[in-house]
Amino acid sequence: MTELSLHRGISVHRIGAMILRYWYLLMSSWPRLLELLYWPALQVITWGFLQLYIAENANFFARAGGTLIGAVILWDILFRGQLGFSISFLEEMWARNIGNLMMSPVKPIEFLLSLMVMSLIRLAIGIIPMTLLALVLFHFNVYALGLPLIAFFCNLIFTSWSVGIFVSGLVLRNGLGAESIVWTLMFAILPLACVYYPVSVLPAWLQYVAWALPPTYAFEGMRALLIEHAFRTDLMLEALAINAVLLVASFGAFLALLRSARRHGSLLSSGE
Amino acid sequence: MTENDKASSRPTVADRISPAAIAVDHLVKVYKQTRAVDDISFSLARGSITGLLGGNGAGKTTTIAMIMGLVLPTSGRVQVLGHRMPEDSAAVLGRMNFESPYVDMPMRLTVRQNLTVFGKLYAVKNLADRIAELAEDLDLGDFIDRANGKLSAGQKTRVALAKALINQPELLLLDEPTASLDPDTADWVRAHLERYRRNKNATILLASHNMLEVERLCDRVIIMKRGRIEDDDAPEAIMARYNRTTLEEVFLDVARGRVNGAKEAAR
Repeated sequence: MTELSLHRGISVHRIGAMILRYWYLLMSSWPRLLELLYWPALQVITWGFLQLYIAENANFFARAGGTLIGAVILWDILFRGQLGFSISFLEEMWARNIGNLMMSPVKPIEFLLSLMVMSLIRLAIGIIPMTLLALVLFHFNVYALGLPLIAFFCNLIFTSWSVGIFVSGLVLRNGLGAESIVWTLMFAILPLACVYYPVSVLPAWLQYVAWALPPTYAFEGMRALLIEHAFRTDLMLEALAINAVLLVASFGAFLALLRSARRHGSLLSSGE
Repeated sequence: MTENDKASSRPTVADRISPAAIAVDHLVKVYKQTRAVDDISFSLARGSITGLLGGNGAGKTTTIAMIMGLVLPTSGRVQVLGHRMPEDSAAVLGRMNFESPYVDMPMRLTVRQNLTVFGKLYAVKNLADRIAELAEDLDLGDFIDRANGKLSAGQKTRVALAKALINQPELLLLDEPTASLDPDTADWVRAHLERYRRNKNATILLASHNMLEVERLCDRVIIMKRGRIEDDDAPEAIMARYNRTTLEEVFLDVARGRVNGAKEAAR
């Protein structure tokens, strides 16, 4: 397959050049930086007060302190991870720069790797202050989760990249008319990944769908840790296996959509 | 720089076998019901400047996009610097570059930042020196630290040209390089392109609606109409064949379907 042959000899220099390009952009625009901080802070404050209120009025939540605010933080890792990936990609479409990149020696895999690094950077800018706010305002220390937090984080970020890669391919193929998918697709996962409630709440047939999504394992794992004080390694390993399949599938879909974009001339007309 | 890149920067067996910078063979591109490019073949000698002429929708941009690998042909073959496109594009993308009105440089980045990013993507050695050299050659000094979005149309065109020349390409593809430029700046850009071709023995393929520009720069002209090649020769030979004194008159003959009459009159 010709597209695959374009991925041999990955260059760290080219990945670094792409990261530099996004870093210059981020540093040149304070509204972009503010946006990274604003929504996560708003989320944690809103849900933190809700958690306080519920904990005062319900025994279960009094025992399971932090499940709501923990869910909000993990959900933001998932959602902001995907947005961090996709917005860097959209910047190329908005700037009409995608043709320059596709004509340069940068390979699709290098482009995607640079977007992954940027999603981590953007996530760190938004999430670290959010976790500090949770600590100061609500005495919830997400870092006290310890090593399991790394397992939750890895599984959530891998899923966010899979979604990011897939929707970027859709935008590449269909132009900015498909941009709304970037902002909304992750919300289709929200009810099924059981962010705020256990999987057992869902009807039996829907539970199969929920268990097909790696984030479900992270949220169930977080609840098990906070409520039962047990780290479910089995859940994390299963999530990791599904994530591996999703990442390969999303990369394959991206290449297929890129090829389709080349066939239809979409790379020259990346507007609506 | 990876081993592959190092290998691709050296002349390859394919380079030695194929003397042509570009070889297009029975190229066809069909979009749904439209034949944008309809069975065209040509090859460009290394070190030549060729003008690709034609009205809107003639197939010039699609042809150039297929040569660059941005658009896949429906059928036919494209070879660039001896390598098949897009299958073997990794071997040649670092040795070519382009400028087109269909793409922009990132607006919020300064000129220097843009050139730095593209220079790194093209693995340009001594990048700071190269940027300084381009800034002097293309007179970018006054605005090199200004955001690209805050430049005038003429300044943006010079920056786009600087990006196209950052890797000192052996093959330069230009789509309307002087569109929206005032006559003085346009003339200045043409002089720079001529100098670049002469100094580097580079091959340039130029799509343009500016006939004077093509007459001045090109040693060969390919005229396209409705996706097909209508004529292909040196500008003087084409003008003589149509019994015209300017390429603009030839262009109008072709565009208005007066081709046969003009050719017969010339005979």
